Amino acid sequence: MSAIWNPALETMPRAELRQLQLERLQSTVNRVYRYVSYYRHLLDTAGLQPEDFQSFEDLRRLPLTTKQDLRNSYPYGMFAVPLREVVRLHSSIGTTGPPTVVGYTRNDLDHWTDLVARALTACGVGREDVVQISFGYGLFTAGFGFHYGAEAIGAAVIPVSSGNIERQVELMQDFRTTALIGTPSQGLHLARALDKLGVDPHSLSLRVGLFGAEPWGEKTRTEIEQRLLLTAYDTYGLSEIGGPGVSTECECRCGLHLAEDHFYVEVVDPQTGETLPEGAEGELVFTTLTKEAFPLLRYRTGDLASLDTSPCPCGRTFARMSRVSRRTDDLLVMQGVSIYPDEVEQALRAFPEVGKGFQLIARREEEADVLEVLVEVGVVPEMSLPALERLQENLREHLTRTLGLDLTVRLVEPHSLRSPDKREPRVIDQRSL
Amino acid sequence: MLPDGHSLLRLQSVRVAYDGVEALKGISLHVNEGEIVALVGANGAGKSTTLNAISGILPLRAGEMEFLGQSLVGRRPDEIVALGITQVPEGRQVFSEMTVLDNLRMGAYLRLRRRDRAGVREDLERILAMFPLLDERRRQPAGTLSGGEQQMLAVGRALMARPRLLLLDEPTIGLAPQVAHQILETIARLREQGTTILLVEQNVLASLRVADRGYVLETGRVVLEGPSEELLRNRDVQRAYLGKDYEEV
Repeated sequence: MSAIWNPALETMPRAELRQLQLERLQSTVNRVYRYVSYYRHLLDTAGLQPEDFQSFEDLRRLPLTTKQDLRNSYPYGMFAVPLREVVRLHSSIGTTGPPTVVGYTRNDLDHWTDLVARALTACGVGREDVVQISFGYGLFTAGFGFHYGAEAIGAAVIPVSSGNIERQVELMQDFRTTALIGTPSQGLHLARALDKLGVDPHSLSLRVGLFGAEPWGEKTRTEIEQRLLLTAYDTYGLSEIGGPGVSTECECRCGLHLAEDHFYVEVVDPQTGETLPEGAEGELVFTTLTKEAFPLLRYRTGDLASLDTSPCPCGRTFARMSRVSRRTDDLLVMQGVSIYPDEVEQALRAFPEVGKGFQLIARREEEADVLEVLVEVGVVPEMSLPALERLQENLREHLTRTLGLDLTVRLVEPHSLRSPDKREPRVIDQRSL
Repeated sequence: MLPDGHSLLRLQSVRVAYDGVEALKGISLHVNEGEIVALVGANGAGKSTTLNAISGILPLRAGEMEFLGQSLVGRRPDEIVALGITQVPEGRQVFSEMTVLDNLRMGAYLRLRRRDRAGVREDLERILAMFPLLDERRRQPAGTLSGGEQQMLAVGRALMARPRLLLLDEPTIGLAPQVAHQILETIARLREQGTTILLVEQNVLASLRVADRGYVLETGRVVLEGPSEELLRNRDVQRAYLGKDYEEV
């Protein structure tokens, strides 16, 4: 069993953890009531005072906070500290809808670094490792999040970022990368690139991989492991509550340990919002317990999972969540980019030649996840073949730019997807996870 | 040993009211064995009220309070002392007519009643060794000591009860900065010897420097908690309690 980065916290008895969570919940509620008008209004409307939060059950009286609530307060409406105390900003990317922005104080960044250091340590990554970070750097949280965590554990960090697959392979060869960090589709993409370039995976030094930011399952895990010759671990995080490091598998690979000293986690019925008992699958809802700049109460993720607080052989006492493979909505997550069908619909409105129906089809091909967008042609006017080809190309360019993701577009017959008596699903996820 | 998963002291959502005013509006905190934990905040934030609630001087309106896994709610102050919690109240309150030695012996009152004479004698020498200034004045009436020496005497007297948890209420109040510094150094030394301390101080900077963790109280609520170094870096704490203004922080 490998080391534990922060044993005092990661193995604390659950009774002590509950006490710590209660203390932190109450101080968070006291601060957001004072500093975040959104939450002050929410509590006032619910007839709650900060001192009414005497237990975790009281938290359930508060409505859930949604992505839309964050968008409505863009950019700084939900910050709990003045901007002069913020030292980093990250933002959601690749969507046409209003973006969201998340801020971090110095203490927030230190906590985040500690969380990622825990995750890396749990997967057996240490100071001897050469860590290649293939997540995108920039506004997206995964690149920087893993970067500082990997530095904290003393590993040698290669901040290669995403893209340029041949360069990625070259670095893995030259720098003798032992730990690969990125999306699972990048993992498959790399495997394919090795084949194409004639590189024998046995000639590489890869030992371990941490993958996330996309849904993936055991089939993909096995394929990545067999083709890259490494042990692949699942990690989970979302930028709204801080980025990567929210939960991670340990070497037992029996669920992802949630950093419960920093987050209070509920599983709710996505329809009713009712809290579900342990073990039941439902939507993950997070309350941040230590965030200074961007605290959130009961933030609904759209991710479906179940919780397990039974003891884990690794010694960590934090609850484990099941791997996320489904969502409550028809949001597609590809290469770390969230694609909402509503946003596609909005983008298509710029084209008077197209009809109302469209369909997003996600496939996992050998190299990576690919997105195909089927778009109905409008009923009138008749278009020549070259005009149709031009329209198809214009749509592809426009959607690629607004969604921030490479994709293909295929035009289909009018009313073939949507008509008064027919309604095809807007999203088909054919990726076998 | 502590029951599994229990901190030495644990408060959950404690509410205290007196004179019709709610002074504590749901305070939760814990102290682990061997820690120094600071309660900091402005006058009237509820710091001393918290200590007095733990000592059984003020009754709870609601909430839970556990020491060594046993509930403290509804216990009399002397029962709480017998359980191992000793408070050094604000303003020192030594017996000024009595000598230093007799003041210290008074602290071991419960133990003397249990005929632990040898143990008391041993502790007396240990404490006098820890406070050389008191040793020099062991036969002097306590009233002739300086303010800082009286504070040391008050702490020494509390230690004579061999508490599992020492509650210190404003130990540096009214003392010259240099003397206050000596007192805080003494507190840091106590921790090295394994004494667990819950410390209330208005001097936020100084108390967070000796404490492992802290809770920041405002109008009867905890608004921040965490390791001392994190609290010291929080600019709200710096501005509000360290007297720095915007330009400096």
